[in-house]
Amino acid sequence: MKHDLLYRKKAQSLVILLILVVIAYLAMIITQFNIFQSLVSIPKAIVWSVTNFYPNASALTKIPDIWSRLQETLLISIAAASVASVFAFVFALFGSRVTEVNRILALISRFVANVFRNIDVSIWALVLLFSFGQSSLTGYFALFVASFGFLTRAFMETIDEVGADSVEALRATGASYASIVFQAVLPMSVPQLISWVLFMIETNIRSATLVGILTGSGIGFIFDLYYKGMDYHSASLVVLSIVLSILITEWISNYVRRAML
Amino acid sequence: MATLLEFRDVSKRYGNDTLALSHVSFSVNEGELVSIIGPSGAGKSTLLRCINRLIEATSGEVIFDKTNVQQLSKGKLRALRTKIGMIFQSYNLVDRLSVFENVLHGRLGYKPAFVGALGLYHESEKKQALEILKSLGLEDQVYKRCDQLSGGQKQRVGIARALVQEPRMLLADEPIASLDPSSSKTIMDHLRHISTSLGITVLVNLHQLDIALNYADRIIGVSQGKVVFDGLPSELTDETIRTIYGADSEELNLNIPESKEVARKI
Ligand SMILES: Nc1ncnc2c1ncn2[C@@H]1O[C@H](COP(=O)(O)OP(=O)(O)OP(=O)(O)O)[C@@H](O)[C@H]1O
Ligand SMILES: [Mg+2]
Repeated sequence: MKHDLLYRKKAQSLVILLILVVIAYLAMIITQFNIFQSLVSIPKAIVWSVTNFYPNASALTKIPDIWSRLQETLLISIAAASVASVFAFVFALFGSRVTEVNRILALISRFVANVFRNIDVSIWALVLLFSFGQSSLTGYFALFVASFGFLTRAFMETIDEVGADSVEALRATGASYASIVFQAVLPMSVPQLISWVLFMIETNIRSATLVGILTGSGIGFIFDLYYKGMDYHSASLVVLSIVLSILITEWISNYVRRAML
Repeated sequence: MATLLEFRDVSKRYGNDTLALSHVSFSVNEGELVSIIGPSGAGKSTLLRCINRLIEATSGEVIFDKTNVQQLSKGKLRALRTKIGMIFQSYNLVDRLSVFENVLHGRLGYKPAFVGALGLYHESEKKQALEILKSLGLEDQVYKRCDQLSGGQKQRVGIARALVQEPRMLLADEPIASLDPSSSKTIMDHLRHISTSLGITVLVNLHQLDIALNYADRIIGVSQGKVVFDGLPSELTDETIRTIYGADSEELNLNIPESKEVARKI
């Protein structure tokens, strides 16, 4: 019996693997994707990158331009995450099982958070393009909305996890809702909330490039500009600056996280 | 003696099939220390929380100090809760705040929303909090963060937070279930003192039958949501213990005759 079961499991895995291979093969035929050709072109791509995609002397003269765009992007990412965190906290309070005021409000805020979270930031950027046109405001709103959705969800879980016991105790003393929030929920959850906001800032800087290309703002815009102008040397410098700023923000937020504990 | 608390035919149903309390009726006199005993899942926690409406009873009446608790408006309920202190098995302190701040939380029920939110307290309230901390032997811990305390110390902070409310009744939900024997004794001695010397009525859920027999003026046995025993510790027979704990009573390995001896001596 036992052997039978093991054998069946193995057979099952084999069938699943076979199905995956068939699907991959069909997809390749449909899209006319040639795996050998793409493998052969990898060395070519590397050669191209090495010979073209590096910052040269003329690219270095673009540093002030890139720096001002990068600053814009960083500020927008930070502003979007921190302003969203205020709204997210209010919605998380209403949506959390621990601090919900009434069921209808809780369902509404959970629904809103879910909808906002499950729509990708690039889609928000495209949607908002119609209403605001190509501007940094559009980029800001796209990041704001995406941050809001994600943070509401994360905050809700944090409050659920961390607050239940002390909220119950303060409720039993007859404390008002505001007292419970400021004297128990906030003190208990603040390290994790800050941690989430830092994470959101990092994520925003990452997606800011894509959002910038779409909305014509920030670092994404200038990358797009150089790339389309075939100024690959300057474009590579932009990529380098993005990587650097992501590493630096990550380092700062790790430092802050450690300091809080 | 005057009746402080009365349950009249109280039932509580969770969802459609869990009947946590079923037609529960009993009363508690002022200044008594009553222990509620029963196996896990009997409904002890639910019963306690129906008093200050952390849980809403499904039917029946809970009368506290001549007022029907269920009919109170939101504001009146807050006022009622200030008169009922509560301590918990997991202490339920705000771990990241100091002992002092946690104790002062007991005053929040008396404050308008924004004063409480900002955590503004009178000098007299602070003095009172310090005195209570001292009486519980916590004068050296006042400015420590609560996550640096031992379990026994945390529970004493919990008691201090309840006492600073100036309550008429103290509800304790398995206050010693997570403590070692010596800390348990300290906590139970404090509860006994609160009842005897301060005249505060104490209602305490306990897992440990021997401790209930030792400390309680009266015992209420709950099994599957029903009150199956209500009487003095000395009236508790082996048979009633078996009705309360059901099939579990053998496993509990209770040394009943001995603990009853102790109970009689007290
Ligand atoms: N929020 C809830 N939702 C649904 N069922 C619940 C809820 N709380 C308690 N119950 C159920 O109600 C019954 C009584 O639970 P209660 O917590 O009051 O028991 P207890 O006597 O305190 O048990 P323990 O000694 O384990 O703390 C149990 O069957 C439990 O599963
Ligand atoms: Mg319980």
